[in-house]
Amino acid sequence: MEFRDNEAIYLQIAGYVSENILRQQWPPDDKIPSVRDLAGELQVNPNTVMRTYEFLQNQGVLYNKRGIGFFVAPDAEAKVKQFRRARFLQQELPELFKTIFLLDISLEELEQRYAQFKADQAAALSTAPTISNGHENQ
Amino acid sequence: MVRIRNLHFGYSKKHPLFQALNLSLDRGHIYGLLGKNGAGKTTLLKNIVGLAFPWQGTCLIDEQPAAARKPAVLEDLFFLPEEVYAPALTAEQFVAHTAGFYPRFSTEQLYEYLEELEVPRGQKLNKFSHGQQKKFMIAFALAANTGLLVLDEPTNGLDIPSKVQFRKILASALSEERCMVISTHQVRDLESLIDTVVVVHNREIVLNHDIDQLAERLTFARGAAAEAPGAFYQGASVGGPVAIRPNEAGAYSRVDLELLFNALTSGDATALHTYLNQPRHESVQ
Repeated sequence: MEFRDNEAIYLQIAGYVSENILRQQWPPDDKIPSVRDLAGELQVNPNTVMRTYEFLQNQGVLYNKRGIGFFVAPDAEAKVKQFRRARFLQQELPELFKTIFLLDISLEELEQRYAQFKADQAAALSTAPTISNGHENQ
Repeated sequence: MVRIRNLHFGYSKKHPLFQALNLSLDRGHIYGLLGKNGAGKTTLLKNIVGLAFPWQGTCLIDEQPAAARKPAVLEDLFFLPEEVYAPALTAEQFVAHTAGFYPRFSTEQLYEYLEELEVPRGQKLNKFSHGQQKKFMIAFALAANTGLLVLDEPTNGLDIPSKVQFRKILASALSEERCMVISTHQVRDLESLIDTVVVVHNREIVLNHDIDQLAERLTFARGAAAEAPGAFYQGASVGGPVAIRPNEAGAYSRVDLELLFNALTSGDATALHTYLNQPRHESVQ
């Protein structure tokens, strides 16, 4: 895994774990890789992965069964979206605003482009149905 | 696990390498030991493992002096020197001769590691290339499952895929019971692997800090922010000016170990020292 310079590694790994949860790679109540296994896979210090798991546990994304390991919480998807939304609004959006302001991009143009983006996403999803609705309905 | 108190040591009375050096290393961590050429990294490791004897002061492993070389201490300690000695034995013969000294040695793990590091089987160790000899000894060192594992420049001589495998194996081999110490010049090889940086310079330990803590307290600035006054250290890189500043905004920046090392070992690092060693202010989250 390539790490960026502007965010703590444990948070970047939290992003990676969240991504797997949102994509249903790791469905609710499934056991996720052990600290040791994920540390090995990502070539990082196990203490860093432990910090990630503790952070996600505090966010309600994971729960810990003592002696067995960490599991995906039943409502993990909602929790992930909740904390990612908070992060986006607090940290990424101001940066985005700065650029938008600096380059004088109008809200109308953004609106238009966002509508186009949503349409493209919907089209992509309808042609590739395997990505969504993997586990919940089974 | 390792307690060094008031260590004085040198190879000649006229040129002491360490004066009143103190260092504590605990289980559950991977320490990166950095120092300039000749600063005494290897010598410090030798004092830790009982291969060099302090002039004054003590080096303890679990409260036992390392220099006494008690079997109970030695069986729980593995030191891998930078230049490994590979005898004219096959892997199986080497294991038969040597593994008995390490009660928690796992043959199964050894062959697993050898496979991951792509070390061929069947040949005598002295017929291996330098890199393969090194990889064999790394695998052996890890499979010995000792509480204290000391590796002197382990990534020297390893090819690119082997470095990746080395990091994977090391990351999954750390446990609450193990303490790993790695000396290196190749900080980039080990950056995300070590959790604590130890720097030896001018006959003493000038840094022994958790990397996460360093990231909280310091900003590694680039570009315009690097040129502003109030920096502890300023340097240049391909991407423009770089600097180490106090982290006032609480924003994260990756700890640039090379820059930090240069700051600590060149010129006047007093301000940086004072700042790092003063108690932390309550940070606003």
